[in-house]
Amino acid sequence: MSDITNILVCGIGGQGVMTATEILSEAAIAEGHDVKKTEVAGMSQRGGVVTSHLRFGKKVLSPQIAPGTADVLLGFEAAEALRWSHYLKPGALALVNDARMVPPVVELGLFTYPDDPIGEMKARGVRTVSFDAATIARDLGDLRLGNTVMLGAIADQLPFSAEVLLECIVKRFARKGEKVVEANRKAFAAGRAAALQATAPA
Amino acid sequence: MSGNEAVARAVWEAGTKVCAGYPGTPATEMLEVLSTYPGLYTEWSVNEKVSLEVAIGASMMGSRAFSAMKHVGLNVASDALMTLTLTGVQGGLVIAVADDVGLSSSQNEQDSRFWGRFAHVPMLEPADSQEAYDMCRYAYELSEEYQVPVILRLTSRICHVKGLVTVGSRVEHKAGGFSKNAERWVMVPGHAKRRIPLMHQREQELKRLSDRSPLNVIEPGADRRVAFVTSGPAYMHVRESFPDAPVLKLGMSYPWPLEKVAQLAEMADTVVVVEEVEPLLETELKAAGFAVHGKDFLPRMGELSPEVVKPAVERLLRKEAAPAPESAQALPPLFPRPPTLCASCPHMGVYYTLSQLKNLTISGDIGCYTLGAGHPWNSLDSTICMGASMGIALGMDKGRGEADKNKKILAVIGDSTFMHMGMQGLLDITWNRGNVTILLLDNGTVGMTGGQNTPANGRDIRGVEAPRIDFPRLVEALGVKKERIHVIDPYQLPVLFKTVRDETKIDDVSVIITNRPCVLIEEFKPFKPYVVEESKCTGCGNCVEVGCPAIHVTRREKVVKPSGKEVELAFTRIDSVACTGCGLCVQPCAPEAIIHYAPAGRVIPVVPA
Repeated sequence: MSDITNILVCGIGGQGVMTATEILSEAAIAEGHDVKKTEVAGMSQRGGVVTSHLRFGKKVLSPQIAPGTADVLLGFEAAEALRWSHYLKPGALALVNDARMVPPVVELGLFTYPDDPIGEMKARGVRTVSFDAATIARDLGDLRLGNTVMLGAIADQLPFSAEVLLECIVKRFARKGEKVVEANRKAFAAGRAAALQATAPA
Repeated sequence: MSGNEAVARAVWEAGTKVCAGYPGTPATEMLEVLSTYPGLYTEWSVNEKVSLEVAIGASMMGSRAFSAMKHVGLNVASDALMTLTLTGVQGGLVIAVADDVGLSSSQNEQDSRFWGRFAHVPMLEPADSQEAYDMCRYAYELSEEYQVPVILRLTSRICHVKGLVTVGSRVEHKAGGFSKNAERWVMVPGHAKRRIPLMHQREQELKRLSDRSPLNVIEPGADRRVAFVTSGPAYMHVRESFPDAPVLKLGMSYPWPLEKVAQLAEMADTVVVVEEVEPLLETELKAAGFAVHGKDFLPRMGELSPEVVKPAVERLLRKEAAPAPESAQALPPLFPRPPTLCASCPHMGVYYTLSQLKNLTISGDIGCYTLGAGHPWNSLDSTICMGASMGIALGMDKGRGEADKNKKILAVIGDSTFMHMGMQGLLDITWNRGNVTILLLDNGTVGMTGGQNTPANGRDIRGVEAPRIDFPRLVEALGVKKERIHVIDPYQLPVLFKTVRDETKIDDVSVIITNRPCVLIEEFKPFKPYVVEESKCTGCGNCVEVGCPAIHVTRREKVVKPSGKEVELAFTRIDSVACTGCGLCVQPCAPEAIIHYAPAGRVIPVVPA
């Protein structure tokens, strides 16, 4: 099954994980792949963990990605990226928004949130690049652009060109007018730049 | 398309006239999508039994009909199903039942395939979205050819997995009209007795069909170490794990095709049945004399996947008699992220209040408010099934012994669940003179499944204005005294606290109805957000106890009180992006450190009790 690309997207309910994966799958379809996408919805809407599995290639059978087989991990939240990092193939890349979303059970003092989830990922040998999607989005004038920033970040890690993905984003926002499309183009470019900058050798 | 979207598309294309269902994960989207198609009637029914009855009525008129529900819903609808199998159908009738395998959002895990055998009706099991579409189209042909209701069994990994689907177009179906026939439609004992042999005869015919049906297919394969019998999403996991092994894939899993199983058994020495959840086929195949393996190596609960199936079967082939392994999830030890109430959720004030009161036993129900059992509220003591809070509360009241003599018995139920199956329970409480205080949390929607319309918000499935139920009048008609019915604003903690405390002291049935909308529906308009004024915050931590996800602790500090007791202070901030200004946290804040963030916006004044 080496011709199958496995992308795992994770975060928490309400962050746009499912929408981002939806757009990624549209791009894979546009490229002529067989595509399967799965997640478990339901209670995730209430602040729970969300993972979305995207598999594409010539012919996809099982929709689920097995641990140790993901080609890329796109993490919308730092601790969630750590939680799912064992799904990556050895040496595969994790792209992580370094936002910390602390749940009430931690605020109540019942559990602890790791001090440095991204540092822990790196310590576990995961090739990790992190960036602050919320600040990038806010600097562009709208927090809601965070999702597109995330998609920009993964754009150069796909087996097809970034433009294919960008086209799918543009298509999605087309009916909201040129201004929204332009903002999303900028967010996409900013996400790409952030990920590339972080992946560049120091 | 997701499996749910594919089923909806097929139902529409089949020329179906009437579609009914009740929301429930993972089935909800089938009806939601159908309601966007033209030319057919769709409804959210008040419960699954009613939805199936609506479909039966439409079928009697000769129209094609559809009913969709989650696995526990078919328990509710099964009373209708078990007699429907005797009358049979006129217009094609398909029941889509979605099993929440792995319990993402359910109170139990069930294998709905049992209904096929129990009700003697055919069971179709798609393995992906395309098959969900194809089989649903075929189900209508099958249903009409054999005059039998057909069950389409889906699981979460069919309903919510998206894949590419080739679709067709709608073919109108003409209703044949109702033909009066008491011996067929009026199931009194004399009539029913004559229908039972017909049902058995139909089942024999379906058995023969199953053996020749192209839905049940043997894929030969060159890897003859092991052969598989499998169905639904489990097929994909088998194919992925053993790409060249012989597989009997069951699309029509009831009645099971024993001749095809015999053919498969010739292909390998070892035959493994891979099925989610129960060892249903395995047991039947063993009873039919086949030496098969299955749950002796595979897990008996939860979802299967290649990483579960492959190692288990390889162990079997190596003749290691080891049981199924523990879940191989090598997760780092991290905090959990249990689902919780949203910021400004109208249920939050109720649970905060209940958590501050002593000596309560609280019977709960199915919905977002089940989350009240979690931290920090811990204010829900039982959850069984839809509507059960009522009867269980009455049973608690009647069954209490000396140990619980002074306990106040409460029941908490939401608007949709109350109308689903709670109303009858309330009637039972009033008629049998129970002493229960009921909190009817009316947020105007089915919250947990994503905000579907209900009779409580006065809109139908398509969002069109519809009669709106009046809860105070309804509960009064069910026997609750007028003075024991209170409609209150759940953002007003003093009022909430006083009303609950007063009503639980009275030896009678009380109903307290809350009236704020779910924050996820359009009726909810955000209020001005709050912030914590850092210089005023004393770290008392009262606001954290409210349980709002927008409240975060910035630092903790251990101090020794004059009494010598050591306490931990928690200084907080409010995420003003997430805060929608309900003001619940403002009320217990001792130093009045929580203030409005921006000058403009809507405000809720707190009223004294």
